[in-house]
Amino acid sequence: MILSKIYKNTLLILAACLVLTACATKKEVTTPQIEGQMQSDVYTGDDTVKYLADGVPDRVFFATNETILTTASRETLRAQAAWLRQNSSINVVLEGHADERGTREYNLALGERRANSAKDYLMTYGISSDRISVLSYGKERPVDAGSNPLAWSKNRRSVTVKAN
Amino acid sequence: MIVIPFKAFALIEVDITRGNLNPLPLAVSPLSIDEQSRKSFENILKEQNIGSEISTIVENNLRTSGLFNPISKDAFLQAPDIANLKPRFEDWNLIKAQALITGKVTYVDEKLRVEFRLWDVLAAKEMMALAFTTVPNNWRRVGHIISDKVYERLTGEKGYFDTRIIYVAEEGPKTQRKKRLAIMDQDGANNKFLTLGNELVLTPRFNPTSQMVTYLSYFKNLPRVYLLDIETGTQEVVGDFPGMTFAPRFSPDGKKIIMSFAKDGKSDIYTMDLENRLVERITNHPSIDTSPSYSPNGKFIAFNSDRSGYQQIYIMRSDGSDVKRISFGNGIYGTPVWSPRGDLIAFTKLHKGKFYIGVMRTDGKGERLLTENYYQEAPSWSPNGRVLIFYRETKTNAKGEGFSAKLWSIDLTGYNERLVETQTDASDPSWSSLLSN
Repeated sequence: MILSKIYKNTLLILAACLVLTACATKKEVTTPQIEGQMQSDVYTGDDTVKYLADGVPDRVFFATNETILTTASRETLRAQAAWLRQNSSINVVLEGHADERGTREYNLALGERRANSAKDYLMTYGISSDRISVLSYGKERPVDAGSNPLAWSKNRRSVTVKAN
Repeated sequence: MIVIPFKAFALIEVDITRGNLNPLPLAVSPLSIDEQSRKSFENILKEQNIGSEISTIVENNLRTSGLFNPISKDAFLQAPDIANLKPRFEDWNLIKAQALITGKVTYVDEKLRVEFRLWDVLAAKEMMALAFTTVPNNWRRVGHIISDKVYERLTGEKGYFDTRIIYVAEEGPKTQRKKRLAIMDQDGANNKFLTLGNELVLTPRFNPTSQMVTYLSYFKNLPRVYLLDIETGTQEVVGDFPGMTFAPRFSPDGKKIIMSFAKDGKSDIYTMDLENRLVERITNHPSIDTSPSYSPNGKFIAFNSDRSGYQQIYIMRSDGSDVKRISFGNGIYGTPVWSPRGDLIAFTKLHKGKFYIGVMRTDGKGERLLTENYYQEAPSWSPNGRVLIFYRETKTNAKGEGFSAKLWSIDLTGYNERLVETQTDASDPSWSSLLSN
């Protein structure tokens, strides 16, 4: 009895929600691509990039919800692999991150998957898995506190950090 | 705590399907207290008059539920001590109170004794009378228990006031948040920090049957699921996994922890039996399977997975068989949490740049979105399945300023959305079971 009342009542609320959704989605904001800083959702700038050595950037960036490496990312990782081969005593941690537009738990898994996609690539270039560990921060450690597509693109990343 | 019921009649009732559309006007008279008892409690508890403090707790609880409208005490015509003996119903009727709560507090044998009565003003009858004896330090809980009894008597459903919330207290800039486990009474009182903030902590969840909590800690930079006894403060890591474990929750009987384990870019769901420490793998799929939540009878598990390409909600039997996708609406769906009543699953939804907290039936039908915002997630049910608590983050400005994270609650009907006040910023709330029954 109580339940059926709830359902009757909720029909009305559902209708109200639909109206709300319709209003909210009428105008999707399309942020213009910031020239030279983003390409199809992937950060291409170097604001936040640090260097492990000359010409060896420490991080790669990802598209929203993606874990696939871009051409530029593969280039960065090949440079990292070459540097790791030359410095065989160095071990690294790959720190995977997500942007703030996802649930916390899923983002932890997504960060792990991003770091692993970088790890797999380093391994195909001859770096032993013993030298690479993976750590996901999910959305917990953004580099950019902004709430906009450019900030999110900087935060979707895998960063290679020296472990010793 | 000893509870002695006297007698009860069935009179006024509150229609709980209507949210705050028509809250019942009621009067909570300050509990009367003799001068000697008042002085004793003032000495022990440093509270001037716990009779009126307890009535304020009851008033706030009932108001917060959205179902009751407590009348200002300034309008009261009858003194507390006399009202508790025999209310002059015409006086209470005059100020439009339909129900009246009266009571008396005494200090007996170093204990706190409370009696209270609920009166139907229009029918001029007593509906309920109860007495409690407890240690003085429990005085706030007495207010919550009275609230629960009144709520149950007037709505026909169990209350949710004698409960606690565990959550993550947040401070500092968005890029370097300091996070600590914290616990407070459901009304925000008795806030206590449980960790120091030296390492990142996330997603604490109560054991439904005890004062244990499971959560994720980055202790030594190894994100692992931990178990914490909030009475003794002892902590231990759950299981021995060669990688990140996360998204923990207890089984309804409190004997298992269900969680995700991430390895090589895949996240699968595992359980660990807390008695024999046996680990069981529940899902085995190259996708991300996470945010598992048991049904109240323990027979099913809801979780989210991106095996279809995007995050969607699935249910399966507790052994991992019969996996069925249940969310098919527009957008992506996460954080399914099974209602304690068993009939609904609360979730977070992202659609066209907005986040929603909603509920659906366990077959995925009957989706209702309760609230929309820039960012909000992680609903947790009140033990009676009536209210959801979740957290909401604000959008920052162009300079990245203005970030905050706060707890909010909303009624299952979609009415009565409220900010839950916390000392610091807060996220990842989890509601305890009723502490007393």
